[in-house]
Amino acid sequence: MTTARFDLPSTDQETQPFWDALKEGKFLIRHCNACGRDHYYPRPFCPTCWSDDVEWKQASGRGTIYTYSVVHVNDLPPFHERVPYVAAIVELEEGPRVMTNIEGVPFDELRADLPVVVEFKAISDDVTIPVFLRNSADR
Amino acid sequence: MSWNKVAVVGAGLIKMGELFDQSYEQMASGAFEAAVASVDKGFEPNQVEAAFVATQRGTLWGQEGIGGNTIPTAIGLAGIPCTRIENACPSGSDAFRVGAMAVASGVHDVVLVIGVEKMRDKSSEEGLLSRAAAGHPIFTRGETAPVLFAPFATRHMYEFGTTREMLASVAVKNHYNGARDPYAHFQNEITVDDVLKSPSVCHPLHLLDCCPQTDGAAAVLLVSAERAREFTDKPVYVAGFGVATDHPYLHEKDSFTEIKVTRMASQRAYAMAGVGPGDIDCAEVHDCFTITEILDIEDLGFFEKGDGGRASLEGETSLTGRIPVNTSGGLLAKGHPIGATGVAQITECWWQLRGEAAERQVETRNGYALQHNAGGRGSGVAVVNILTNRTDAP
Repeated sequence: MTTARFDLPSTDQETQPFWDALKEGKFLIRHCNACGRDHYYPRPFCPTCWSDDVEWKQASGRGTIYTYSVVHVNDLPPFHERVPYVAAIVELEEGPRVMTNIEGVPFDELRADLPVVVEFKAISDDVTIPVFLRNSADR
Repeated sequence: MSWNKVAVVGAGLIKMGELFDQSYEQMASGAFEAAVASVDKGFEPNQVEAAFVATQRGTLWGQEGIGGNTIPTAIGLAGIPCTRIENACPSGSDAFRVGAMAVASGVHDVVLVIGVEKMRDKSSEEGLLSRAAAGHPIFTRGETAPVLFAPFATRHMYEFGTTREMLASVAVKNHYNGARDPYAHFQNEITVDDVLKSPSVCHPLHLLDCCPQTDGAAAVLLVSAERAREFTDKPVYVAGFGVATDHPYLHEKDSFTEIKVTRMASQRAYAMAGVGPGDIDCAEVHDCFTITEILDIEDLGFFEKGDGGRASLEGETSLTGRIPVNTSGGLLAKGHPIGATGVAQITECWWQLRGEAAERQVETRNGYALQHNAGGRGSGVAVVNILTNRTDAP
């Protein structure tokens, strides 16, 4: 019997390279050659200047927590087995922000501006997602 | 000059709550009857020329493909033009704005705006929570409604020293007001301690920092300003309105200490009404969570950015404060039947401007009340409507 899962992304042609890279331990964002800005999530054109001269770029994976919440209630599977978990906005070194999870940090040590680094977590045979851990090297 | 091309001549709602014993249509007809009965000089239902229905979650009871078309039948007006407006949490506010534009255009002289929502008939897994898996296919999985606002609270606390007690004071004030509103879902007072000790839902928001899921309906009757006095000697005019949109996904927000759409929509509404935040006597604002009201009162210009928590704690938004906010009890106590919410807020503003808010009545020195909703995942849209009882509006 399969249980419905509400955490699996709907991948598409446009974002497939992003998902493939995660499985290889690379976190990709997009770089615009016209205005020089990076963006995330990956789009076929630059959300700042509308140029379609955009290309994949590997992010350093380093950033800081911009803001967060510890989620104690979420009945949807499989989140109901994960509570309490940390939902966070991480600001990447390159600029863009990412909606993600923080793992392995005691809740009372969470704070905005905490340095974090990406970790790759397989959540199914096909899908690996980026989560973030405390970046101890950067304390 | 305020816009003042359209007048509200009737308004009413049903008692909000868990209305398992009432159908969607029954709730709508209850609100319509209340609005009709409120018209001072009498109103015949068949005077309604067109209706705009606000319902945000038609999927909750199988109305996703029907639009608002069961409403004319339910209120005995099958045949009239009727259109459903769905625009996230501001659906009711936006239906009001669209109804006002329909009257101002000259196409219709008398328009019904009605908001109806069934929130409780389905389980949360089938209902509101299922949206946690909707939206952007990749980056928003697992976002519950509080996750869309809690990170704003964290950042507001980090940048401005806002405390959980300040957040709690919003819930305490709105429950105090709700206890004085016969239409409110919750009619009990609570203490700061009650809020702090309630279970954690989504840090730093606890259970009593969150609005309930509520069934409800509300209706208002709009007529052209020229015809207002056929219906009442105390018309309330639509002074102005504004709408704005922004990225609905949290990771693209410019700021987590403001709701940008609220600021933008209010600036547009103030410009149209020819007034500023200092002219507003009272406001019904979107307090789906306590932090939301603190952001609202800053972004609407009532308080400086970062000062909303202090102002709330010190009672500046209470019934006797400098700018009374959510005199009806707000979403936190009156409830948040999404499509009905904005229309119910308009009803409270209408009562306040007519001096009919009973125990909740505030002083209306300038004659302006403001109504506001924001929503759409991570606040992708906001609507602000400004009402006035002044005919000599500047």
